[in-house]
Amino acid sequence: MARKTIRSIPQERAFMPVLDAQERATNFEEVSLGFDEANALVECERCLICPEPACIPGCPVEIDIPGFISKMLKKDYHGAWDTLTDSTFLPAVCGRVCPQEDQCEGVCAVAVSGGLEPVAIGRLERWLGDMAIEKGWKNESHIEPNEYRIGIVGSGPASMACAADLAKAGCKVTVFEALHAPGGVLRYGIPEFRLPNSVVDAEIGNLEKLGVEIRCNTLVGRLFTVEQMLDEMGYDAVFIGTGAGYPSFMDIPGENFNGVLSANELLTRCNLMQAGKFPNFDTPLEIGRKVAVIGAGNTAMDAMRVSKRLGAEEVTCVYRRTEAECPARLEELHHAMEEGINFQWLTAPVEILGDSNKNVRAIRCQRMELGEPDDSGRRRPVPIPGSEFEFEADTVVYAIGTAPNPILGQTSDIKLNKWGYIDTDETLATSLAGVYAGGDIVTGAATVILAMGAGRRAAASIRDYLGIRDSMVVYEPENMGFENTLFGIDAAEKNFVHVRQI
Amino acid sequence: MSSSDTHKSAAAGLPGQEEATPGAETAAATGFPIVARTDFSRTTFLLEVEHPQMARAARPGQFVIVMLDDHGERIPLTIADFDREKGTITLVIQAVGKSSREMQSRCQVGGALFGLVGPMGIPSEVSDAKKVICVGGGLGVAPIFPQARAFKEAGAHVIGVVGFRSANLVFWEEKFRSVCDEFIICTDDGSAGIKGLVTQGIEQAIAEHGDIDEVVAIGPPIMMRACAEATRPHKIKTMVSLNPIMVDGTGMCGGCRVRVGGKVKFACVDGPDFDGHEVDFDDLMARLQRYRPQEAEAMEQWLENCRRLQVEEVR
Repeated sequence: MARKTIRSIPQERAFMPVLDAQERATNFEEVSLGFDEANALVECERCLICPEPACIPGCPVEIDIPGFISKMLKKDYHGAWDTLTDSTFLPAVCGRVCPQEDQCEGVCAVAVSGGLEPVAIGRLERWLGDMAIEKGWKNESHIEPNEYRIGIVGSGPASMACAADLAKAGCKVTVFEALHAPGGVLRYGIPEFRLPNSVVDAEIGNLEKLGVEIRCNTLVGRLFTVEQMLDEMGYDAVFIGTGAGYPSFMDIPGENFNGVLSANELLTRCNLMQAGKFPNFDTPLEIGRKVAVIGAGNTAMDAMRVSKRLGAEEVTCVYRRTEAECPARLEELHHAMEEGINFQWLTAPVEILGDSNKNVRAIRCQRMELGEPDDSGRRRPVPIPGSEFEFEADTVVYAIGTAPNPILGQTSDIKLNKWGYIDTDETLATSLAGVYAGGDIVTGAATVILAMGAGRRAAASIRDYLGIRDSMVVYEPENMGFENTLFGIDAAEKNFVHVRQI
Repeated sequence: MSSSDTHKSAAAGLPGQEEATPGAETAAATGFPIVARTDFSRTTFLLEVEHPQMARAARPGQFVIVMLDDHGERIPLTIADFDREKGTITLVIQAVGKSSREMQSRCQVGGALFGLVGPMGIPSEVSDAKKVICVGGGLGVAPIFPQARAFKEAGAHVIGVVGFRSANLVFWEEKFRSVCDEFIICTDDGSAGIKGLVTQGIEQAIAEHGDIDEVVAIGPPIMMRACAEATRPHKIKTMVSLNPIMVDGTGMCGGCRVRVGGKVKFACVDGPDFDGHEVDFDDLMARLQRYRPQEAEAMEQWLENCRRLQVEEVR
């Protein structure tokens, strides 16, 4: 077969249907419908199968992207899925929620040197992930069980990636989740129309097939501490992936009026507690007619689109910078715009106004302009004097970021940095021996895929710590001499034997 | 048919109830067994739930979150007592809203709670105070007990002050007398102890002892505010346990935020105990009204469903 060139591939991206904006803004059906087989194959044709692909290092978990696409072209879908799941445990999730435009698709040669739209890698990943769920494929990993027990705190993406890798390495893994259902941010944060709960269930089901035990209703730190896990409960290593879920407020007047809530609260009530089905589900959620959402990240987009679906007539986004600095994924921003969200760029709230019953009535804002670049390299918004204005709102949602969860810091001696995140070295080891941490609790709020990458790195470090040989690594041939050994045991090797006191 | 069965089928009969919370089946399949129940009055009842790990970890002042079933709310309840030997924790519940009334009719010995997580919150600080007044009003009577016991064990002189509407609602009197050096009951109608509010009990104790180091008050917000106001002129440190609306209880939703000393605090992870002289009770009480219309709607629908079911049974 002649090599593909930029001229020989399909120039346009294959068609992927989405629900009509008017229709979908009133329900919780998934918005992006995904490829069908024919379109998926057309999209695969667009991949140049580069000999030195940029997309692999562009992916936080280094999926062999040309590898799975070439198997798809041969219609070896199961093989393609196997290649995919060598690196990611949650393809149906990542295909939906990864910011691919900043990762694999952002460095795709088709776009970078060809000037076309990049290969829709995320959509292909999702198509394979969905097919695996539909057909019930599972990983037939050969697991050689060992005696090590690993405790994992939290059941979000970092924890699940770590659990999967350690289970494959043969460890007995237990995941502890404080809520009554596992999945972390995938469960309580990302709404149904972006990531259906059935997809989360299926991917967690795969984890359980690997032998991972998930214990819900368990608040680590308070029910037992991390230190207790290591000594009394006999875990050989612990991974902490508790995330950064503590919502921030701005400390402007009127924040405690009824009708002001964090995006976390709105999304938790709606996604985890199914408040949209009140009163058949007991948890209520009051969404007014006019909703103002402060912030313009992915969480803000989710909060706005959920509000719209719960019946808000007018949803306004208030963001102090411009559309260009908006941190949300481009696709999410476009979907929100299509659904009729108003955007007030270069606007910052200064006060929330309430009525005599302490309910929100309006929000007072001021206009901003962009000044000199700040530490983050983005131009700092500066208020324009005398530009204050009010607009009516009966619900105000804060989506301006989160801080680390404080519970583990309160209950263990683990070392935190000055912002309250867990301090780790480059192997993700914390100040406590045998305790590793990764994801948002280390880096601050980031993406699902970065958390998964951290979980995998921590899993590799835990394998090293326990002295488990990694089947993916080619080791140096063993030195058969007896230099530097003690009864045949290499004196320099750490964790060669792991002795546990019983 | 027992009343618990009645309401289980009532739930099954609701439209849309066939869908389960996704992923919920991975929670402990059998739930958390209820091993004892005592009814104190028409609305107040006690549940003892088996959870040995939690009984070991619990400290006075902490709370749990309970879910009745997979459609239920996450209900925060203060731990009223814990028994490390029996491996149980005790909850006292007042049936006022839909969820608590449903608990009253469905939670029977032999049954189980779908969800139970905790102990949550920072445990109460049992200070080295020499003389302490432990005040409990209404539902706060139960959770003040482990605090009184903890102060007693720490060697303090403990004065218990509890308030009820009338004598027939009084519970745990013997239990309190066993850990309190002095015990004052206040009733609204004077049918037991002194006639009046717990604040009168506090005034009486302060008048008798000039050297009270600390007051701990648990109860409805209006009562805790009255207690804080009663001790403010005497400059006696007063700790209160706040009970705002919560969802997760782990510091994630921010629904439980309260103003303390002008700063925003989350009751679930920064509390639930705060200095009563610093708490903005007006703010707390306004925020507790947040879901009044929805609470009324849920209650109405539930009563309607129960009524319909009874009619069907009669047929």
